[in-house]
Amino acid sequence: MGDPQMVMYEEEFNQIQTVVDRLLKEANSKVVFIVDKNGQLIAASGEIDNLDTTSLASLTAGNIAATGGMAKLLKENEFATQFHEGENANIHIQLVGNRVILVVIFDSKSSLGLVRLRVKRACDELNVIFEALLRKVNTPGRDSPFAEITDEDIDNLFND
Amino acid sequence: MSFINYMAREINCKIVYYGPGLCGKTTNLQYIYERTNPEAKGKMISLATETERTLFFDFLPLSLGEIRGFKTRFHLYTVPGQVFYDASRKLILKGVDGVVFVADSQIGRIEANIESLENLRTNLAEQGYALDKLPYVVQYNKRDLPEIASVEELRQLLNPTQVPDFEGVARTGIGVFDTLKAVAKLVLTELKRGG
Ligand SMILES: Nc1nc2c(ncn2[C@@H]2O[C@H](COP(=O)(O)OP(=O)(O)OP(=O)(O)O)[C@@H](O)[C@H]2O)c(=O)[nH]1
Ligand SMILES: [Mg+2]
Repeated sequence: MGDPQMVMYEEEFNQIQTVVDRLLKEANSKVVFIVDKNGQLIAASGEIDNLDTTSLASLTAGNIAATGGMAKLLKENEFATQFHEGENANIHIQLVGNRVILVVIFDSKSSLGLVRLRVKRACDELNVIFEALLRKVNTPGRDSPFAEITDEDIDNLFND
Repeated sequence: MSFINYMAREINCKIVYYGPGLCGKTTNLQYIYERTNPEAKGKMISLATETERTLFFDFLPLSLGEIRGFKTRFHLYTVPGQVFYDASRKLILKGVDGVVFVADSQIGRIEANIESLENLRTNLAEQGYALDKLPYVVQYNKRDLPEIASVEELRQLLNPTQVPDFEGVARTGIGVFDTLKAVAKLVLTELKRGG
């Protein structure tokens, strides 16, 4: 059915977080985050305490879905990169391997050129990590931790 | 497609509210939003027209509690019901784990319900999903209005496979949480089966 299950393990998460943290510094940016195409936040770095990352993640995915739909109509493969320029904040959105979305928010302390350059390298690294992750997820014999939950567990969730 | 995050010990699922224009999808989410504790919900986002018709989607993130040490988080989406927004509806269905079909009980909307349900089947099929294999529930909304079809008739037309169904008055909240709980339960049960 549809897409394969998305799973995140500690090992890959740490690798992804390392890439995201480094990109944040090297691109002189304010915030970097990664979202899956369904709008679920995977990792974030930077000034996120006062930022509604859940909402941002869902809107980013909606945005990519909409431009992806446009691309299809134009018989384009995807529009892999988007850039939105604001008065104070700019946002750079990059589709990584058609699987996840890398978002960089930056201000005048950085520049589009620098962000582009750093995003490119991060993309290559992320691709390798996500490919490995996908292989791991698809390895047979990896049971879902939910195989063992009982109907009672599920009922209990709704009893309070 | 649920997302299991071992790192954050979270499980994320996507539920989509589908149905014809003005049937009350957005009203369902608004009621859930109003009646949920602040710590269990995020911000509700509505991408709507100036006349409050859904243009792209509504989005509401909810936490339902923990199962075996995993936080269960549900992302609720509504689609735009108006016929000409079909391209957007298809996008919202991507990665869906469970569907709520909100029907408008008014006699004048019977055709619209049937068309919307067919549209749901078609759009799911395009992405390799079969409605009958998905966690799926039906809500007969607007039971408070005078000119409505009987539940038996609606059930026959819209729920031949007899998935869980509920009468609703989304404006006052009747049936709203019953509907949500039913679909959430089906989604978790599916997950348990390794879906
Ligand atoms: N009487 C009555 N009105 C309702 C009920 N539920 C929703 N409404 C009203 O119906 C109208 C449309 O509701 P929405 O929730 O915006 O409908 P929708 O399904 O999101 O519509 P689209 O976004 O166009 O697809 C609003 O004026 C609601 O207040 C109900 O149970 N009873
Ligand atoms: Mg709406």
